[in-house]
Formats: sequence, C-alpha cells, structure tokens
Amino acid sequence: MKINKDSKLNMVKYPPIFLLILICVLSCDLDETQEVVTLDNLVWADEFDTDGAPNPEHWNFEIGDGTKQGIPGWGNNELQYYTDRPQNVKVENGVLLITARQESFEGNNYTSARLTTQNLFEQKYGRYEARIKVPYGKGYWPAFWLLGNDCDVNPWPACGEIDIMEYLGDEPTSVFSTIHGPQYSGAESISKEFSLENGRFDTDFHVYGMEWSPNRINFYVDDVLYHSLTPEDVDEETNGTGNWIFNDRAFYIILNVAVGGNLPGNPNSETVFPQSMVVDYVRVYN
Amino acid sequence: MIQKKYIQFIALVVLSMIVTTSCERDVSDDAVLATFPSNADVYSDNPEGLTDEFFISFNPVDGANPEGFGTDQNEAYMGTSSIRLDIPAPNDPDGGFIGGIFKDRGEGRNLTEYDALTFWVKASRTALFDEVGFGFDFELDKYTVARAGIPLSTDWRKVTIPIPDPSKLVQEKGMFFFSTGTSSTDGVGFTIWIDEIRFENLGTIAQPQPRILNGQNVSQQGFLNVPFQLTGLTQTFNVETGRNVRVNAAPSFFDFASSNPGVATVDEFGLVSVIGVGEVTISASLDGVGAQGSLSLNVEGGFNFAPVPTRPEENVVSIFSDAYQDIPVSRYNSFFEPFQNTLGGVVPVGPESIISYSDLNFVGIVFNDVTFPSEAVQPVNAANLTHLHVDINVQEAIQANDRLLLQLTNYGASETVGSFLISGNQLVEDQWVSFDIPLLDFSGLGDKNRIGLLLFNSENGPDNPTISNLFLDNIYFYTE
Repeated sequence: MKINKDSKLNMVKYPPIFLLILICVLSCDLDETQEVVTLDNLVWADEFDTDGAPNPEHWNFEIGDGTKQGIPGWGNNELQYYTDRPQNVKVENGVLLITARQESFEGNNYTSARLTTQNLFEQKYGRYEARIKVPYGKGYWPAFWLLGNDCDVNPWPACGEIDIMEYLGDEPTSVFSTIHGPQYSGAESISKEFSLENGRFDTDFHVYGMEWSPNRINFYVDDVLYHSLTPEDVDEETNGTGNWIFNDRAFYIILNVAVGGNLPGNPNSETVFPQSMVVDYVRVYN
Repeated sequence: MIQKKYIQFIALVVLSMIVTTSCERDVSDDAVLATFPSNADVYSDNPEGLTDEFFISFNPVDGANPEGFGTDQNEAYMGTSSIRLDIPAPNDPDGGFIGGIFKDRGEGRNLTEYDALTFWVKASRTALFDEVGFGFDFELDKYTVARAGIPLSTDWRKVTIPIPDPSKLVQEKGMFFFSTGTSSTDGVGFTIWIDEIRFENLGTIAQPQPRILNGQNVSQQGFLNVPFQLTGLTQTFNVETGRNVRVNAAPSFFDFASSNPGVATVDEFGLVSVIGVGEVTISASLDGVGAQGSLSLNVEGGFNFAPVPTRPEENVVSIFSDAYQDIPVSRYNSFFEPFQNTLGGVVPVGPESIISYSDLNFVGIVFNDVTFPSEAVQPVNAANLTHLHVDINVQEAIQANDRLLLQLTNYGASETVGSFLISGNQLVEDQWVSFDIPLLDFSGLGDKNRIGLLLFNSENGPDNPTISNLFLDNIYFYTE
C-alpha cells in the first residue's frame, strides 16, 4: 500500500499533483529511493504504425460472446460480441482502435474486439507498458491485462491474471490494477485504484505499466508507481490461504473493450456509441 | 485582501509589460485589454468583489420576492456564514419565488482560465432548485448559463455548473444567478443554504455535446420576413462523477452557419432572418464541436397571416390565438381513435403560430374534463357569450362537394352537440376567410355552460373526406 514517486520524470507537467504526491509521500513514507521502472531493454513492441488489420504476428482475436469458450458473457454477463471486423478493430494513423458499437450482431446488442498475444508472445517477468486513451460513459470497461498461458491445464484463477489497467466508463477519473489467483480472484482479487485529482483518463493518453520480477509486481500510471505487490501482500490479503503464482509461468497480453455486465453495469441513455479504446503502443522490456 | 490581490495582479501585468517593452519596440493598445481581474471567488463568508447591493432581485412586478434573501450566521459549509433563501409559497404577498443575480462590482472578470462555477448547497427538505447559473448581468445578458432542476438534499452537496466555452468569458459581470419557487414541493415553502460560490478549473469537465433545437433536426416551411428564433440551445459535459450535466447556454456561445445565406442568415443571438426564396439549413458549433440539431427551411414566399383580431380581450375567451391569452386546452389535435386520420396541430410561423391540419377527415380541439380525464381542463362557460370566431385557410383547390362541419359539444348533465355547416363555396384556396358564427346557429346545442370540444369534420358521408389540408387561426368565443 505504499505510494512512491519517481522524481525524475515530468515534474513540470503536473506540478500541483507532484506537490500533492510529494506531501503524501513525505507524510506517509520517507522512502524516496524506489524508482518507478528498472527494466529498459525493449524485447517486444507494437507501435501500430501500419494501417489496416493488427499485425497477425503479434495479435490473435478472440471471437464471440464467450459461449464457445464455455463462459457466456465472458463470465461477467458482458453484453458484447467480439469480432475481428475493421469496424471493431483496426490500425489507423499510428494507433490501434478497439471500437465498441451498439448494433444487433449474432444475437447481441453490442460488438467490440479482444486481442491477445497468446502463442505469439508469452513470457515470465518483464516490464509491460501501453499508452492508451479510454472511452467514457456507463457500461464501458476497457482493459490492458495479462493471463497465465496454462489456463487450459490450470483453470482460472489458478493460472493467474494480472490486470495492468482496468477502467469503468462512469468513473472517468480512476483506473485500477489487480492480481487474481487462487483464493484471491473476482470480487476477492487484490486491487488498487489510482485517481487523478484534476483530470480524467478519457480525454488524454496515459501510460499504464507493470514491472514484474521474482516475488514483486509494481503497477504505475505515467510516472507514478501506486501499487506494489509481493507474496507477503497475498499472504496478508488472503489470511494465509493464497499463494504467489507469478513466479511459475509465462503470461500473454490482452487488450479489449467490454460493454456492460457485472462490474461496470450496463450502458444507459447517456452512453455514447461507438467509442474506441485508442492504443498508441504496447511495449515489453526486460 | 481583494484589493491587495488586484494590486499584485496589476503589478504582475506591469512587470510583464516592461519585459515585453524591453524586447518589442511597440506594444499594441490591444495588449492591455486582457487585464480584467480573474478573481474566482463569488461568496465564501462574505460577497467577494460584488456590487454593494450584493443581491439584485428580479422585478417584484413579475412575482419575484426580494424579502426571502439573506445570509445565515448559524449555517455554513465552510467558515462562518452562508447565503439563506427562504423560498415562499406561490401565494406569498411579497412574491411567489426568489430569483436574482450577483454582479461584479468592477468592469467584469476574466473567467477564461476556469471551466466551471461551483458551490455547496443544502436545503431544509429534498426539493429541486429550479435554475442556477451565471452570466446574467441585467445589462447585456450575453453569455448566460443556467442549469435546471438541481436536486437538493438535506445535507451539503457540491454543485458544478460547467462553462460552455470559457474562452468567451474575457469580461463577465454576471457572477451568479438563481431562480426558484416551490413547484417541486407542491407549493410548500422551504429553505436553501448556499456556500462557497466560486469559479474553478476542475480539469474534469469533458466530452462536450452541444445541441440546438434540443438536438432535433427540424425541417419546416419558412416564410419571407418571418424570423425564426433558435431555441433549445444547450451544452452537455461529462463531469467528475461520470454523469452528464446539461446547461442552457446563450446563443452567443455558439457559432451559427447558414448553408445558403441568400435565403437565411443567423445573428449571434440565434435569430434566423429569412430573406430569400429557396432551401437553407442552419447548423451550429460550440468551441469547434458541431452541435446536434439543425433547422432546415424551405422558403417559397411570404406568409399570409390571418387578420389580426380587434375585439377587446375582456369580451373574448380564446381557444387559440396569438392576439389573446388562451385558456388551457388539452389537445389541439384530438387524435381520436380509431377513425380519425387527421395529422398536424399547432405549428410555429416565426414568432406566431397557427394550426395546420393535413389528411383531415375529422379532428377535435379538446378543452374539457371528460374526454381525456388525465388531461382534464375546465370547459368554457359560454352562457354569456354570443359567437364563435374562426379563421380558415384551405391549402388546396376547392372542390364542388367540399364542406366543413363545425360541432360544439356541451358537457352538461346530458351531452349536447351543436352543428354548423360551412360549404365549400364559402371558402377560398390559400386565402383566410373569417367566420363569426352566432352560438344560436349551432343547431342542437342545449346548454352553453360547459362547452369543451370543437370538432372540424370534412366528411361528406362515411369515409368520404373532402377538404384534406387547411390552416386555422384565431379560434375564440366572444360576446358582441
């Protein structure tokens, strides 16, 4: 639950926030030595510089409403049907657009897209970072996250999930990061919110990152490290029943925009469709 | 404190001018214009930089109650005092609502660096604050902003009123505006406290969705020299809570565009002037964002208005006329099911309006407490009235069998219906013909003390309508 701040970056850009955070740091934690990131060797990236469909060497699509996968509504009563049509996913002008639409399609009222690097890029540890602008409005639930690559043999949550960025469209000033594992999944997962004092996430790009090393996962937004987890945290949060499962397997990357369901609630009359999650880049460092 | 801030500000401006003058030989006179103070505070424990009268009420002649405004030293969200409004009952002899403005005591403020007006509010009971905003200065009222129907709680809540386009507010005098009565409390008086009124740069006011004509694409006939006032002008933002907040925004916040300036032009107050024949679409944007809604006019010529009534108002009970105050009417098109085909109803023609019916077979104007109980209004007591006046303008060629049967229904102890037949040869295509029909000539009408339905029927036998398209205007009972 420590809040730390790397003073190297962007001090000028958010001076009031910086001051506030500094005050907070000084008042609750005098340890200023921790840096936001330590891994700088780029090993994988998609800069989304070629117009058209996303690079098939980097990305797979998950299609449908989860029925085929045995989890209708993707386990959360989500309302969208994922497609790989350009209306729902394309690269244009240097960004990836994942667009949620309100339309009748295969018995669903919304369409969207979900991209994964499964079988294309999977690794254990590293720094995962994406620069993203999110949509707004009740029902939107975009995410940038990782899933363990052995869920076939160790069904979720045993295979693990690391949510680097999740956001609910009716809470435009907040994002959150989460880990899921046995004894700490779903509503019991270990999660933390990061809020902007004088800004929101749907009007500008922000960098969402996670640095993962043996026995530690750190989450950051822009230049602010706000969520740091170790096996001790899992132990504490689960009263000793949960295990740290993040030293045992490779994970793959997922980008998606869900619509409606248990977590965000369903869209209302104010929700604007279509809207896109705009991804400037995804980068992985070791 | 305020004076000191001003001095500091001026010192800063002077300093920056010195810096500027040292590297530029001439400073344009324009450069000093943007120096209105940007003081954000409107009220904390005291009025901040407002006129000496502090609260300037709307005119008591219009029902505004200037007595219910004050400050309260026992209630405050922060500090030691708040503004207190004791909202009167509608029949209060001092006035039935409270409304007015706070005005900057100087030449106005530069609010361009803020994105919202905020304040804290609570009330003695749950209710709605009818309207709150700013930009009214009782001079130009150029950049008015008002948020309607703000829910009030018995605990302090923060209210945000987004600025539609802050860049317009380089010199604003209207610091605060409010108006409320007891329409949300069924006429029961209550108390509102307001505190910490200030302009803020929240950084969370986003996703603008401007609208004109309430977002509708209105398409209608336009007429030469008959102006059209654009209404339903709003700006909507998504705010920190994730909810949308809509405010009414003055036309001057918008940039209007005419697709055909030879047919119609729009001024900065949203008034469309029709100057030529042809088709035109009026659209708008606000701060570069296109507004939902548009006005499309098809102009073929001027509008031929019905003769203006001249009878004195005290002798008239008006059902539909721009010349008189109309009585409450529940429907100008009865939409009687299942046999009525008639479409249309009241349509605006510039600042006035007429009734336009199409696909006429029969149609009623309903003003009673029987036909549609949920829309009940009082019928007309015509016991002392002698005539019905109506102006009729048929919008098609008159045919040999054309007829229009007028029927009045009296909802007395027993319903009686009186009929008066107008034949086609009394009507003229595209011309107004005025009828003054003695009520005695409505054959079959018994009592006249509860007349509540006027029916127009063009059928010449069952399922055989004659006249299909007509205009009506100036429908009123009177006594000679």
